[in-house]
Amino acid sequence: MTPNPYLWLVPLLPLAGAAINGFFGRRSSKKAISTVALVFCGAAFAVALLIAWDFSSASAPYYFDLAHWLRSGSFQADFSFYLDQLSLVMLLVVTGVGFLIHIYSVGYMWDDDGYYRFMSYMNLFMFFMLTLVLAKNYLFMFIGWEGVGLASYLLIGYWFTKDSAAAAGKKAFIVNRIGDFGFLIALFLMIKHFGSLDFTRVFAAVQPLSPETAGSGLLTAIGLLLMVGAAGKSAQIPLYVWLPDAMEGPTPVSALIHAATMVTAGVYMVARSSVIFERAPMAMMVVAIIGTLTALFAATIGIAQTDIKKVLAYSTISQLGYMFMACGVGAFSAGIFHLMTHAFFKGLLFLAAGSVIHGIGGEQDMRKMGGLRTYMPWTFATMGIATLAIAGIPPFAGFWSKDEILWKAFGASWVYWLIGVITAFITSFYMFRLMYMTFGGDYRGAVVQQAHGHEVYGHGQGTGHGEPHESPGVMLGPLVILAVLSVVGGFVGYGNQFEHFLAPVFQGASAVAQETSREAGDSTLEYLLMAVSVSVAVLGWLLAHLLYSRRPELPKRIAASLDGLYQAVVNKYYIDELYAVLFVKPVIDGSTTILWHDIDQGVIDAAVNDSADAARHVSDNVRHMQSGNLRSYAGWIAAGGAVVIAYMVWMGVR
Amino acid sequence: MIPLSYYLLLSGILFVCGVLGFLIKRNIITIFMSIELMLNGVNLSFVAFAAQWHALSGQVFVFFVMVVAAAEAAVGLAIIIAVYRTRETLNVDRVNLLKL
Repeated sequence: MTPNPYLWLVPLLPLAGAAINGFFGRRSSKKAISTVALVFCGAAFAVALLIAWDFSSASAPYYFDLAHWLRSGSFQADFSFYLDQLSLVMLLVVTGVGFLIHIYSVGYMWDDDGYYRFMSYMNLFMFFMLTLVLAKNYLFMFIGWEGVGLASYLLIGYWFTKDSAAAAGKKAFIVNRIGDFGFLIALFLMIKHFGSLDFTRVFAAVQPLSPETAGSGLLTAIGLLLMVGAAGKSAQIPLYVWLPDAMEGPTPVSALIHAATMVTAGVYMVARSSVIFERAPMAMMVVAIIGTLTALFAATIGIAQTDIKKVLAYSTISQLGYMFMACGVGAFSAGIFHLMTHAFFKGLLFLAAGSVIHGIGGEQDMRKMGGLRTYMPWTFATMGIATLAIAGIPPFAGFWSKDEILWKAFGASWVYWLIGVITAFITSFYMFRLMYMTFGGDYRGAVVQQAHGHEVYGHGQGTGHGEPHESPGVMLGPLVILAVLSVVGGFVGYGNQFEHFLAPVFQGASAVAQETSREAGDSTLEYLLMAVSVSVAVLGWLLAHLLYSRRPELPKRIAASLDGLYQAVVNKYYIDELYAVLFVKPVIDGSTTILWHDIDQGVIDAAVNDSADAARHVSDNVRHMQSGNLRSYAGWIAAGGAVVIAYMVWMGVR
Repeated sequence: MIPLSYYLLLSGILFVCGVLGFLIKRNIITIFMSIELMLNGVNLSFVAFAAQWHALSGQVFVFFVMVVAAAEAAVGLAIIIAVYRTRETLNVDRVNLLKL
């Protein structure tokens, strides 16, 4: 453990930016707002780079205690930062991609009325995300965890005058609360049994324990509860439903929060807790199964979506599923590797989609796009690279990380691998479908079109947009940089360098991890599997080419022949409706009839109102005693005296 | 010697007369006299017991009551005069407002 006095700067710089813009932004010029937001975010990135420059595996992990926080008996949780190989990767991804997206946002959100608000929220998000990544104990991490949820809520509901955006923000927040509930209980269990939430102390307490074979016990419980939290934040089955709706937010938000950084927090948390998970095989299996199913499930929904951002949203869920699959089979470093490359290419995909949306005046429906290749060549080129990367075509970044995951998954069970390969095929298909529908063929939107209801707040509202046009340089710059990263980002994994770099973090080698490393010696098999995954990616591309470029009439016929299935997929398997019937409606009905009508109105309100009524009723009668008539007073006195005397006589008789 | 019960009976009759007069009569002066009647009914029982048990305290108490009654009469009559001056009546049923 080496102290590093610069760690605290990284999260607090964006917080300062958020505060300045939040308090003074309303009266500042847009230039000043952009400067503040970019300088503070960029400074955080610069400090992160400096920290990375000084980083040496020999002296890691680094730490810095900023201030005391909670101290109660032997339990203590402080504002302390912690940096090891894992948080360094996260730190660079978050600050780097975050900074690029901040730059992009300047162009994308320039015409929006709430520009200062947007920039302030973005910086605030950076603060919380960096807190999450750099925290030294689970409780401090939880602050960041809740904070990114808050920032996500604020930014999804950024256009809060639009009902759907406000509702989507609430949905994201509530669904995340369900996950956080599990996370919190896991923390309570840790406090009860380990007496600490500090990473090093918890892991030191867990280290000597042997794996729980029976599939029951403390570590399994903690692992499963942590997974509940991760499933909420990282949009896994069954808590993924908020992420597609979160696309109501501005596109840079989708790129930063709902693709590159926040949604990967769950993966980070599971990887961080690897010591616990490795001793709870049952919990690991659940993680792997949830990840695998989510990957396949979300990918199939992605096939039939027509909203360009929804496709990317389901794609994100699916890719997150890959990461959990990796963590579940013990290949934590592969999961983090994919997290990193995914941040590059998915961030790029969203930014490019934003560029498309920006360029054609707020339209998000892919059926009204097409032929944009000639109008926006840069966007086309960069998005094409990202598509190749996500599809897993070598040598782009996604190929390396996805192949690593599939290889490790094969070591655990061929079932994971098979589903992963099927998902890879579907991924390739829907991504190239998106490319062909957006950039191929002829432009299907009206050239002078009316403002459409999606992302028109701020630009092109009600004024017709004219021809599609390429985005300004401030937006293209980040696209190009991310495209470069999407090309070369995978090479850090060449020769397992990335895995070796992260190895000290995941040292508590489990049986699962050993098994995979033993099989890793079989390079023929590895190349064979690699060939399979590349060929399914190419197959997906060819199928998309056939259906959406060569024979564009075919998809409709296929859809018609598979009517029931197609409808189910278009309607996202009716999961939202199912949840509405199973959970939302009972809760609303129960709250309305029992809590509101029966308890609130029937008991609490009734008690207050009835006691007031009773008091008035009694006094209505009693006030006639005070008539002002002297003789009636005398009568009352006499009657009272008579009662007293009668009482005393009666008592005397007894 | 006259038995104690005779005195107590007379005392009770006097007191009940006072109560009834207090409740029934409308004239403030009469009501006032009824109050005096009740007081003296009680006084009678006090002295009767004192004579019976040869205890002086009962008789001393009667003197106290008579002093208080005298003071009360002074204040009460003054009030009655004030009431009559403002309302020009001594009927208590007409005197049912505290304000003038």
